[in-house]
Parts: sequence; C-alpha cells; structure tokens
Amino acid sequence: MIALTRSDLLRARTPRLCCALAMALCLASLTSRAQDTTHAVRIGLTYQPGTKPGVIVLAVRGAWGDSIQGIIARDLDYGDRVEVIGLPGTPAASSLEEIGPGVSYPMWKSLNAAAAVQATVTSSGVHIAVHDVTGRKIVQVTDFPLPPTGGSAEWRLAVHGVSDEVEQWITGTRGVAQTRMLFVRGGRVYVVDSDGFGERLVSEAGLSLSPAWAPDGHTISYSVLGSRGWSIVTKDVAGGPGHTLPSTTTGLNTTPAFSPNGLTLAYSHGDEAGTDLMLVDLAGGGARRITVGHGSDNTSPEFSPDGRRIAFTSGRAGHPEVYIMDVDGSNVELLTPFNFGDQNYRSNPDWAPDAQHIAFESQIGGMFQLMVISLRDHSVKQLTSEGVNEDPAWAPDARHLVFTSSRTGVKQLFILDSESGRARQLTHAGGARLAAWSHSLGHGR
Amino acid sequence: MNARSLYAFSSIAAVLALGACHKKVAPAPAPAPAPAPTSAAPAPPPPPPTTAAPTNTGAAMASARDAARASLTAPIYFDLDSDALTDADRASLDAKVGILNASAGVKIRVAGHTDERGSDEYNLALGQRRAAAAKRYLTQHGVPDASIDVISYGEEHPAMDGHDETAWAKNRRAEFEITAGADALKPAAQ
Repeated sequence: MIALTRSDLLRARTPRLCCALAMALCLASLTSRAQDTTHAVRIGLTYQPGTKPGVIVLAVRGAWGDSIQGIIARDLDYGDRVEVIGLPGTPAASSLEEIGPGVSYPMWKSLNAAAAVQATVTSSGVHIAVHDVTGRKIVQVTDFPLPPTGGSAEWRLAVHGVSDEVEQWITGTRGVAQTRMLFVRGGRVYVVDSDGFGERLVSEAGLSLSPAWAPDGHTISYSVLGSRGWSIVTKDVAGGPGHTLPSTTTGLNTTPAFSPNGLTLAYSHGDEAGTDLMLVDLAGGGARRITVGHGSDNTSPEFSPDGRRIAFTSGRAGHPEVYIMDVDGSNVELLTPFNFGDQNYRSNPDWAPDAQHIAFESQIGGMFQLMVISLRDHSVKQLTSEGVNEDPAWAPDARHLVFTSSRTGVKQLFILDSESGRARQLTHAGGARLAAWSHSLGHGR
Repeated sequence: MNARSLYAFSSIAAVLALGACHKKVAPAPAPAPAPAPTSAAPAPPPPPPTTAAPTNTGAAMASARDAARASLTAPIYFDLDSDALTDADRASLDAKVGILNASAGVKIRVAGHTDERGSDEYNLALGQRRAAAAKRYLTQHGVPDASIDVISYGEEHPAMDGHDETAWAKNRRAEFEITAGADALKPAAQ
C-alpha cells in the first residue's frame, strides 16, 4: 500500500529544490540536507477522495510524551490538510485512551482514521512510526533527534519539525509548524511560535513597527522611532544589540523587507519631498531610490519569491493602491484597479511563496478586509468579513496567512487557511499587529 | 465633521483673540466665532491695558509670551487621507509665521498624525506629508528652513481615544513643539 510519489513531488517542487541545492553548495554542512531528500516521500493512504485523511496521533509514553503527542496532534490540526481524530479534549480522545498506545487497526478504522502516528521516546529524541490503517502496516519510520532540554523553546521547535515531516509524508506538502511570527505589541517587537507558545520580547527601547524576517530565519529588521525620526534596525532574533542601517539615520524610514537571497533590504524613506522606496545592500554601500513618487507616498515593499519584482503601496494616483514593479523600479503596473472618487483604498501587499498570488488589504466601507489576487488572471478573492482584518503575511506553504483582526474587540493576530476559510487566534494578550511569518526554521539550525 | 469645524472655529477664535492683543496678525476672513469652549483666550477679549501701557511689566511680558506659545503650538487639522491645508490651518500657520519671524532662535518640530483608519504603515507616510505641508507653508512665508524639523507619528499617538468621527477629526493633525529658544519667544511684530 506504499505509493511512492517522489517523481511527482520532484516535478512540482523543482524550483525550491534547485534553490535548496544551490544553498547546499554554499554551505559547509551538507549532512542534514542529504536526509531531507529521503524525507520527500509521500506515503500512499486510502481514504475518501475529496476529504482530508483522518489521522490519529497515539498517546506517547515516557518523558515529555504528553507534550509530544499534544504538539504533533495540534500541529497537524492547524495544518488543515488532515483531519486529526482524537485531539486531546474530544470524545474520541477517551476511547483512544482506553486502548493506550498499542496497535489496534480495527479500532482506528472504526474512527475513520487513514493513518496513525506512533511516537516513542528514545534516548536521543523520538522515534516515529506511521501506520497505514487500511493496509494494516507501518509505512514510514524515522528517528528524530531532540534537544535534551524537554519543553524548552528549541525542543518545541524540533518537535514542530517532526510534525511538519509527518505532514509531508501523509499529504505530500511540508507543514508550517516549525516557524515563528514576529509582531508588534505595545510598540515593541515580539516573536512567537506558530502555535502561540513561547512569546518573547525582541526589540529594544523605542516605538518599533513593521518587523520583517530575513530568509536565514534569525536576522530580523524593523523600524524604530528615535529622537530624530524613524530608522531601520537589523538584529539577531536570539539577542544581541541592534544595528542601525547607516542610510536611515534621518527622516522617516519604515517597512523593511529582505530580498529572498537575504543580501538586499528594501524600505520606505520619507522626507519633506515625499516617501519613496529605497534599496540598500546589507554588506554596505549607499541606498538607491527605486520609486519616483513626486511627493506621493510609496511604502510597504515586498519582494517576489524570485527577487526580481517588488509589490508595494503607493498613493501616486491620489489615494493608496497596490502596485508591482521590477526591482530596479521599471515596469510599474497598478495591481488593484479602483473607481475614481472611491474613498476606500488598498494596501499592504504580501507576495505568496508560490509566486502566483498577492495578498493585500482592501477597505470595504472604510473597513479593511483581506483579499488575495491571482497574478495569472487578476481574479480577486475576499478572505475575511468579520471586523477589521489587515496586515496579511503568508506562511511558507502559500496557503495560510497570519493577519491582524479586530474581531474580538482588540487587535489580535489570527491565522487563516485561505483554502477552507478556517481561522484560529494566535495571540490573546494585550493586542498585537503587523505580523511577519518566518521561513521554515528547520534543517540543522 | 461637527467636531472638526468646531476646532477650526476655536483655532480661528484663538487667532482673533491674539490679533486683538497684538494688533492685526491674521487678516483672515472672520466668520463669527462659535462659542469656543476650550479656547485659551476668553471669547470676548477686551484689550488688556498692560500691553498698551508704555512700560511693560514682567508679568505682562510673561503673559504675552504665554499667548505666543499657545498660538505657536496650536495644532492644525486635516481632512481624511489629505495633507491639504484648510483655511483654518492657514490662519493658524499665519499666526505662527508672525511669531517665528519675530522670535529669532526659536526652533520648532512639526509632528504629523493620522486617525486610526487606514494602514498603520501608510499612515506614517501620510503623517510625514502633513508635517511637511505645514513646514512648507511656514518656510514659504519666510521662516528659515533650519528652524523647523518634521517627524511623523502616523496613528501611533492619538490625541483622543475613540473610534468615531469626533476622535478621528481630532487625531488628523499636525502638532507644533518648541524644541529650542523658548525663552526668546516674542509676539508677532506689529
């Protein structure tokens, strides 16, 4: 019952694979890379077409076993690609408790499970076996090392990596649990895990906005209000001092965005003549202006995944709309058509990792809602309608989005599955906004 | 809109009151000022006898300086998503021009603000544009460029909490802060 679909996967993922290979060539350590390709295997499961496969995550014995089961079950649930059966707290959970961690294909079948995930704590980490319930056999086995500090931030991140790998085996698409979000609360930048755990203050003193991730997963950038204006700071999310970008010491410098190769930063620079987009090499050198706004405002740049184009907000037509252009500033085109005299506007684009979609926010009756536009046919889909919803940022899977919503009365971060419309609340305390979703933080980091 | 025009009126009222103290400052067409509840100057301002007296007492000078300070730091207000100066804005800025041109060494910072609607990030640029518009008017009327600094706070520092037009109108503004030479502050030249 094992159906290897590796060739399909390779075809579908060629650009990313090339990227990975190029990166691997640049890296001294190739060990974890070599393992990844063996993981790009999709197990064949039997389940009702058009439905999500049912998956049971069995109870885990041993140190931190409950946490491992809970994290993997929740991650798979949040991934929206499988139907997790027996989530802690649901009726099926108690029937699973009765049989314990033992193998019971008829029982799992009766619960509509296509797969069962069995985790066993080992001396160095966790052993994962995935059962094909219909085929009544184990179809995938892997040992994952975990940091020895059970429950720590790095340990949790490693367990999220297990979840993402399991999701890849079952669905063919890697999960996005092993990621983190930057966001702003009370004028400070925080980081939080994709499941809402491990919130931590990152920025130093000063009102800080618009955090952004570099592709390396540890360098971040944001804008900080100082005594003379807004400057752009880069720093390591793990700690250490921030570094002010030399070209941003005067005027209004906001909305930084890293190029996909991490070498260039785009940002918005305002002075008394207007606000334009700039590009600067992070290795050094002067900033160069790439928009000529003639006194209008140009903000919120976001690179296309290939790094050759930039989506941004511009007020050049009289009120803000979303535009795209080549990275040198040429070939500017309006992405979001509008009716003359319309007071509603559109802004804050975020280019999906699949390169084919751009999410943005659009005012309807003065209230922002999330939209996604296809770059193939420019069709627009509205994703939200409850409260004010803004600041979309894509997950690495080009399917989930983190965004700011006022639907509970206070601005908080939510995560939306753009395919099913399912939303979950990520932050709960004190208000949160302006989120940025990291790349996958796995692979030997 | 009511609140906004109220503030416009009250700032005109303040200008008129000041003009009454120090001869004509603003030749702006004067609509009959509506009752100005928060105006620093009393609504019917009788010319204070001290300013007319040949020898100014210290108290009178301090009072004139306070009036100049109030006029110089009075905020101006903007329409939605706009950096265009209204008539009331210009009247307020004219009063500031007179004071700044009479007060060598005084430096100010213009801070642009927006209401909470709109994109947080775009609003920083909009606030910058509002501050720049105010500065441009002042420098075009003779105030040295080097004595005015601009900054934008976008929607980050509302003057009034709330999620209605009353609050929004009060938050779409430019504020004026004296950053140097406050002791050199003088009323506008006559």
